[in-house]
Amino acid sequence: MVEKADIHHGNADGPQSDMAADNPSARVDDWFDREVLPLEALLMQYLEHNWRNRSDLADLRQDVYVRVYQAALENLPEKPRQFLIATARNLLIDRVRHEQVVPIESAADLETLGVALDAPGPERIVMARDELRRLQAALDRLSPRCRQVVILARIEGFSRTEIAQRLGITEVTVSSYLTQGICALADILHGEPANIRRAT
Amino acid sequence: MTGVREIEARAAEWIERRHFGQWSAADQSELDTWLAQEIAHRVAFVRLNSSWQRTGRLAALRGAVPQAVQPPRSERGWSRLFARVAAGFAVVAAIGASTAYYALRDNTTTYATTIGGREILSLADGSQIELNTDTVLRVSNRTDRREVWLDKGEAYFHIVHDAAHPFTVTAQDRRITDLGTEFTVRRESDRLKIAVLEGRVQVEENAQKSPVLTAGDTAIATRDRVSIARHVPHKLVKELAWRRGMIVFDDVTLAAAAAEFNRYNHTQIIIADPSVAQLKIAGTFPINGVKGFSDLTRHVLGLRVETRDQQISISR
Repeated sequence: MVEKADIHHGNADGPQSDMAADNPSARVDDWFDREVLPLEALLMQYLEHNWRNRSDLADLRQDVYVRVYQAALENLPEKPRQFLIATARNLLIDRVRHEQVVPIESAADLETLGVALDAPGPERIVMARDELRRLQAALDRLSPRCRQVVILARIEGFSRTEIAQRLGITEVTVSSYLTQGICALADILHGEPANIRRAT
Repeated sequence: MTGVREIEARAAEWIERRHFGQWSAADQSELDTWLAQEIAHRVAFVRLNSSWQRTGRLAALRGAVPQAVQPPRSERGWSRLFARVAAGFAVVAAIGASTAYYALRDNTTTYATTIGGREILSLADGSQIELNTDTVLRVSNRTDRREVWLDKGEAYFHIVHDAAHPFTVTAQDRRITDLGTEFTVRRESDRLKIAVLEGRVQVEENAQKSPVLTAGDTAIATRDRVSIARHVPHKLVKELAWRRGMIVFDDVTLAAAAAEFNRYNHTQIIIADPSVAQLKIAGTFPINGVKGFSDLTRHVLGLRVETRDQQISISR
């Protein structure tokens, strides 16, 4: 007789397959998600350190990603961290060359770029509890309404209509808060270093 | 070239649509077309989707997210203003199908949920109270006091701390005072269970104060004593699974599991055989998943399950 059984039932929120399996980009998507996105905090640190104009950072990040992704379609880089930073470096150099608006200090700083390469990487696999703390902290950073909408949609599982009724706002507004939330969460969860890190 | 923020906004719209909508093959092909247009689209989508998926996994793991009822920080000023005008402890919003009625006699309003019901009360001070199944809670109508009585059942409290106006919950002659907090109070026939998720709570009986409970503490108060168990706060997650419609069993007897299901359902599980009652199980179930639960005891534990009217009896 089994004296103890481990029964699990329902409510599994497993990973979702997003791209059609036959899509040639699927492999790169997967690689990008697994290998590159966890390095975003490092990339942002690097960009911040070497670029004066903060308002360019998101565009720079995006341009670096496009270059990395493009290269990966040809061949998956073996050392994602080095490749990412090298790409960022090249992009900054190109920008310095092409855009006269760039302050000269940026160019000078480009010589000191090697440093970040040896920095410890963000831990992709952290204890679930730390992940949870991190998510909570990320949610806390959203504007109050945005946070409410994200929680009701994502965690409580309410429909757009239900959320609109609960909060007394239109469905269009619900959508707009949610899209804002999706963007803000990406910036926080990918782009910022996890304050809780486990020693490896 | 389009700026990254516009591209991200478009990508987020796709994710939003897919999250809420009936996602058809036509939608998918429309998305595929957009993704194929530019690598920039694809990169933005993969990036946003990655963190969005992550939030979903975490939510499932978390069991309950206290922020769901956390008072928005930027509205504190508004709350304070409101408090000054209305000295407010009125319930401003109750969502769902509970019954609420005023009792003139003791100047309280009563909120009640039926078996299987759940209810969120939002208070004017930004605090929130969530009632679990088969629960009766009275709220003081007085504007100078923040006071509630848990007459039956279980509730989750997320209280905005205000030292000048302490928030108290009275249950089974015990008074629980919030010292800035998130906690649950559950009445059972002969005992009271208080679990603190965040902040601090004081339990007192006849002006006798217990030690202050802090995050992770569970106090079990019986007629003549209060015992306190200390856990790390995340251990208490299972205590709050009901807030998302789930029950989590962590190494409990079949008898205890059945009793838990019986709180939420009209269909009652009866375990006649004492040897069966002592079997230990672990697992996560929807609150209304009585049938799934009993089917699993049959298949996994090899027990006999008989269903008659609103009774399921389990035996060897």
